[in-house]
Amino acid sequence: MNYRILINILGWVMNFEALFLLLPCIVALVYQEPEGWYFLATAVATGLVGIGLTIKKPKNNQFHAREGFVLVALSWILISLISAIPLCVSGRIPNYIDALFEMVSGFTTTGASILPAVEELPNCMNFWRCFSNWIGGMGVIVFILTILPLTGSNANMYLMRAESPGPSFGKLVPKLKKTAMILYIMYIGLTLLQLILLLFGGLDLFDALCVSIATAGTGGFGIKNDGFSGYSSYVQIVVTVFMFLFGVNFKFYFLLIMRKFKEAFSIEEVRWYAILYALATILIAIDIFHLMGGIGESLKHSAFQVATVMTTTGFATTDFNQWPVFSQTIMVLLMFVGACAGSTGGGMKISRFIIYIKSALKEVATLLHPNSVKKIKMDGKVVDHETIRTANIYLITYILLVSASILIVSLDGFDLVTTVTSVIATFNNIGPGLGVVGPMGNYSSLSILSKLVLIFDMLVGRLEIFPMIVLFFRDTWKR
Amino acid sequence: MNIIIAGCGGVGHTLAEQLTGEGHEVTVIDSDSKNLQNVVSQFDVMGVQGNSTSYLVQMEAGIDSADLLIAVTDHDEVNMLTCLIAKKAGNCQTIARVRSPQYFTEIDYIRDELGLSMAVNPEFAAAQEISRLIQIPSALEVDTFAKGRVNLIKIRIPQGSILDRLMLADFSVKVGVEALICIVEREKEVFIPSGNFVLQAGDMIYVTMQISTLNDFLNKIGIKEKPIKKVMIAGGGTLGYYLGRILTEARMQVKIIEQNAKRCAELSELIPKAMVIHGNATDKQLMIEEDVETTDAVVAATNLDEENMLLALYVNKVSDAKVITRINRLSFEDVLTDLPIGSTVTPKDITAEYIIRYVRSMQNSYGSNVETLYRMVDNQVEALEFHVESDAKVTKATLGELKIKKNTLICCINRNKKIIRPTGRDIIMPGDSVIVVTTNRGLNGIDEILA
Repeated sequence: MNYRILINILGWVMNFEALFLLLPCIVALVYQEPEGWYFLATAVATGLVGIGLTIKKPKNNQFHAREGFVLVALSWILISLISAIPLCVSGRIPNYIDALFEMVSGFTTTGASILPAVEELPNCMNFWRCFSNWIGGMGVIVFILTILPLTGSNANMYLMRAESPGPSFGKLVPKLKKTAMILYIMYIGLTLLQLILLLFGGLDLFDALCVSIATAGTGGFGIKNDGFSGYSSYVQIVVTVFMFLFGVNFKFYFLLIMRKFKEAFSIEEVRWYAILYALATILIAIDIFHLMGGIGESLKHSAFQVATVMTTTGFATTDFNQWPVFSQTIMVLLMFVGACAGSTGGGMKISRFIIYIKSALKEVATLLHPNSVKKIKMDGKVVDHETIRTANIYLITYILLVSASILIVSLDGFDLVTTVTSVIATFNNIGPGLGVVGPMGNYSSLSILSKLVLIFDMLVGRLEIFPMIVLFFRDTWKR
Repeated sequence: MNIIIAGCGGVGHTLAEQLTGEGHEVTVIDSDSKNLQNVVSQFDVMGVQGNSTSYLVQMEAGIDSADLLIAVTDHDEVNMLTCLIAKKAGNCQTIARVRSPQYFTEIDYIRDELGLSMAVNPEFAAAQEISRLIQIPSALEVDTFAKGRVNLIKIRIPQGSILDRLMLADFSVKVGVEALICIVEREKEVFIPSGNFVLQAGDMIYVTMQISTLNDFLNKIGIKEKPIKKVMIAGGGTLGYYLGRILTEARMQVKIIEQNAKRCAELSELIPKAMVIHGNATDKQLMIEEDVETTDAVVAATNLDEENMLLALYVNKVSDAKVITRINRLSFEDVLTDLPIGSTVTPKDITAEYIIRYVRSMQNSYGSNVETLYRMVDNQVEALEFHVESDAKVTKATLGELKIKKNTLICCINRNKKIIRPTGRDIIMPGDSVIVVTTNRGLNGIDEILA
């Protein structure tokens, strides 16, 4: 482990966080909110430490996969720890663990909140929460990579691979830095488009901005106590469409921009994503028809809720706690599936499920024809054994961690639905679960222990398990 | 630039490393997923798995927007076909590795007909380098500039030499030979020395000079050259063959040792003047029998690095012959330089040097062009030869007035076939070619030497 370079890059992470922290200061300035000072103080302190750590360039530039994993995990932890300080010190969220829960939930784009009434928060804090969704959606490290000239191209690669979700990591163009830049340009473009459309729908600039950035990261922090039910149908539909769009693999958009339409539409993952989405929407729309009183209304709510769960955003237009069990079950199952790899969404990713289902079918085929040779293909290409193996291990580790978390959370004594869905909804970075932690509830009534476990789950879920897990092995820390 | 490399073997790997290091956008193609993974996980490149001769694979790698395709797969035919298709599919320049002696004899025809920008032959290039080393036995490295008129030679300063404890400013007074010491390597440290630098015995120095003054210089500094007549080449592969041919043409006595009987027969047919011996070069008895102790030079050029090194160590022990060792894949340069195995030659590095020189001059659209490029001391120093065009900024003032980057030295100016050792009063003129030694790697044009 090359500690010097680790500390140096963590210093850069702090520098960037200091810059991020200045954004809520601007909001505070506009709305004349005294809480801005807390952000400013945190920004200055973080910046000073960051500059202190980055002033000396490390001599040893050795950077390997190990450093990559550890650095990504530590960066996310560090960012969350710092970002929770203004919320806690200002007294708005007096308990630091609560503030940390809120910010981890923000950066991991979970959107689970411990706040019963978000409208009481000053605008600068609400902006900060939503902004954490936005920056966490595409990835903090990816953002830093687009700007920071890291010495030694190896470092970039290991970092980006450790941070980007999905079973395999593919670049759009040969250069990593350019790939990161293109991703962010598309991301910003889509966010702006949504912002403009929301402004047309009559939202004021601040509302439209917060909703856009929270949607873009598929985060799901709202700034209204009643979630999305108070907004007009137009706004709800715009948000539905954009949640769906942000759940698509960004490679799809890149290919569209490059005018490679045939290749874009032949991405299996995107096709299955759309099919699954349509199917779930229709089934739920039929199931909740009698509650809504109108095909339009039930389709609208169904489309919104399916999008919010599948892309792991976590907004709510309606309390799906009241829905029939069939619909609720579909929702919970979709929580596991999640969005496309290479999108801003969380969950296990459609592409992994495609691999799992194809492997299962292959297994059946080999049972029937023991000597048959069959390769698993995706997008017309053979999925190599290594990818399948990692995907399988991912599933196993996922189940183990989810089960252990459920067990610990169950100590709080809530009902089974609440206990199970609270873990599922945080691990998959969705936000609201069912029961007490449902769309109209929140996570404040959980114990400190449960909150810590869920904080861990959110980070594990966002970073796809292994970067966080390696932190717990002594081998990792050997020099 | 957008560069596609077809083939991730030794050369492909080295090229990917160096070209990404110089900031190019590199895509690699290989049909073997393991090889590909290996390169993709180490360097900032994009990988495409597939057969590089396939049009679709090339399209996926972005041939339509590529500036250059370098085909370095294991097979000459694949390389040539890849380049041919790339030429038709995209609008890019192409470089192919062609190593088979048969194709290489007709390389001009192939290059023209396939529209290749360049054909590289690692074994032939290595053989040429080895023959230069043999012609100047005391040199550890020999590089040539200005179409062979200027040499850059690496030597070790012997004990008791006039150069020992000599301040460089006194060089021309004390030594009195037209030569310039441009790099000094001392215990892993590299210096581009200035006038007040003091030399020591044991230093490795790189000297530029004209061929004609070479013997004079070596005599002056106390190195006795004895011309090489008898050369033993261990390993009769492609490199051994090329070398054998070059050396027999230079009227040396060449002995080639080759394990494979069939190959021996082929060799004796191809190079009738050489003595071909069927046997294993690591067989001590055989080596003694073949008079290894009285041979002037031994080239260890089998395909196995370990065998080459052992042989070199052995020869170094039993005789004072000049030893040249071929290294293919071992990457422990720092250990190799400490071992008494003489000069090392790595074909894949030479190939990479050739290609990178081409890439740099392609990229450069203003002022001047890179004509020659050598890398020394574990790639820490580069020696470049630039052709100066009329609009270059360096032609606007005398060298004394120009602000030149640190650790950069203008070694000589080649004007109308005349070699000038530059002083502060000289001016670089358009049409000159200028040789520069620098630790600032990645220079593309002569104007980039300016601070």
